[in-house]
Amino acid sequence: MRVVLTVLLALWLTGGPAVAQTGEEPAPVSETGEVIPTFPDPSQRQRVIAAIAKRKEQPAEQVVAGLSRDSVAITASFDGSEILIYGAIKRETPIPDGPPLQIIVTVEAPSRPLTIWRKERKAGIWINTEKVEIGAAPGFYAVATSGPMNDILQEDWDRRYRISLPLALRAYAGKLAVEDAVPFTEALIRLRESNGLYRLDEGSVKLVDQTLFRADVRLPANLIEGDYKTRIFLLRDGQVMDVYRAPIEVRKVGLERWLYRLAFDQPLIYGLMSLAVAVIAGWGASAAFRKLRRA
Amino acid sequence: MQIFLPIAEVSVNAFTLVGLGGLVGLMSGLFGVGGGFLITPLLFFIGIPPAIAVATGANQVVASSVSGVLAHVKRKTVDFRMGGVLLAGGLVGSGLGVWVFTILQEVGQVDLVVQLCYVVFLGLIGAMMLQESIRALRRSKNPTYRKRSHQHMWVHRWPAKMKFRASGLYISVIPPLLVGVAVGVLAAIMGVGGGFIMVPAMIYLLGVPTKVVVGTSLFQITFVTAFTTVMHAVSYNTVDIMLAVLLIVGGVIGAQIGTTLGARLRAEQLRILLALLVLLVCGKLALDLFLRPDELYSITTEAR
Repeated sequence: MRVVLTVLLALWLTGGPAVAQTGEEPAPVSETGEVIPTFPDPSQRQRVIAAIAKRKEQPAEQVVAGLSRDSVAITASFDGSEILIYGAIKRETPIPDGPPLQIIVTVEAPSRPLTIWRKERKAGIWINTEKVEIGAAPGFYAVATSGPMNDILQEDWDRRYRISLPLALRAYAGKLAVEDAVPFTEALIRLRESNGLYRLDEGSVKLVDQTLFRADVRLPANLIEGDYKTRIFLLRDGQVMDVYRAPIEVRKVGLERWLYRLAFDQPLIYGLMSLAVAVIAGWGASAAFRKLRRA
Repeated sequence: MQIFLPIAEVSVNAFTLVGLGGLVGLMSGLFGVGGGFLITPLLFFIGIPPAIAVATGANQVVASSVSGVLAHVKRKTVDFRMGGVLLAGGLVGSGLGVWVFTILQEVGQVDLVVQLCYVVFLGLIGAMMLQESIRALRRSKNPTYRKRSHQHMWVHRWPAKMKFRASGLYISVIPPLLVGVAVGVLAAIMGVGGGFIMVPAMIYLLGVPTKVVVGTSLFQITFVTAFTTVMHAVSYNTVDIMLAVLLIVGGVIGAQIGTTLGARLRAEQLRILLALLVLLVCGKLALDLFLRPDELYSITTEAR
């Protein structure tokens, strides 16, 4: 046990800079374009830091964790990937009394702006009429918890760290053209949940003796590239006691990467190459079959 | 075997794609159509984003028409002059089409317009083919029917006349130019070669002899779809070469098998089958437009 903890601690220490990112969430932009400070709001931040400091005085509980892999390579045969997130709770004192410890793990892809359209019947056919533009929504977002989300996480802490799915979507971009945007964001979550891109797995984090935990997060095949963020929240009584952060790098590799870069950096060459492939294939096939027929 | 498409960013079964290409190739070999008008909607059905389906469809048409045009050049059934005029119009039309595509993408109506185009054109073509093949079937039973020979049409009175020796025509260049433009626009918006529009237009509007129609239209299609592919690749990065290769592999093999098979089967009955198939695809697309969709919402991500 102690050995494991030491190893994990060493891991955690080497991964130190990752921990230092705490609270660097980008602030959302309001309808009028000004920045709404949610978290880290300076005063709030002071309060949180104070709260954490206070807890540190009374020996705090901290997360130490590791990932089974810190990079995912998208190859031509890529059809999803499994990431094991494991760790332990480091504490100097016996396990405190009160409600048991809970863990929430989130894995988040980089955010991209997007538009949600709603169809309406116009002149007999269904066409896109209304839209809501979202400033930034993660291309992938998975939440794994050790218990029912509503029971183990208080709302204000959720809002502060933007843990649950609706909060992970950043604010609307530009002026809202519709009266009620909620059905739009609900549709976004529904659509992406059915694609496996957004996921809430309640109770999937296994916690042993309030000390050791593991979570398996499945990354689907339709991933986007980028630097993914993993966050592990340590919760007691609905409050966030500690956060551990680690990056996961998702990259196309090999042929995939080469083609993708070529298509975006040298589109003309890429286009001509696609043409060449088509011409050679068309010509080659007819030549080959003519030979076959003669033989 | 799942394969991850680098540009479409979706993972699909490689065999499905080869099979799809093969199926469409088989039909193009059997019926002498490009197959682009079937492959693009089929790509929609398996979940390829429409913009990528259209651009990659155009690339696939290049491959199938190259092998076709080579055969026709050998048989000397290509009117290069007519092809050149059609091509000049086609390039203008293709540029125009890609520009229209940009606007549609901005207002979020690409899917709608592409689908509408498909419903309208597949419906028209299907109905025309059905009527034509039923008539042909009757004609083969009733040998007294005689086709009218040379006829003068309204297009013959337009100015700027030009001699098209291979077609034996002396007509104005404006109608073929316009036909070319129309086909170019369709190629860019629908990802098709446009042979199914051009062939009837050449026969009924321009009076080009049937002998050189297919070769000449293939000649024009090869260049217009090639131009469209490059335009789409440069302006939107929507050509997925991996997807194209899989479709082409299936397509060229299917086309060769289809050609061999086609020589042994009865053409009129096959045409009826193709017409029904086209109407079926059209019906499915139309239902999607007219019936209340299960999901009213859709997501579009901005260009990367």
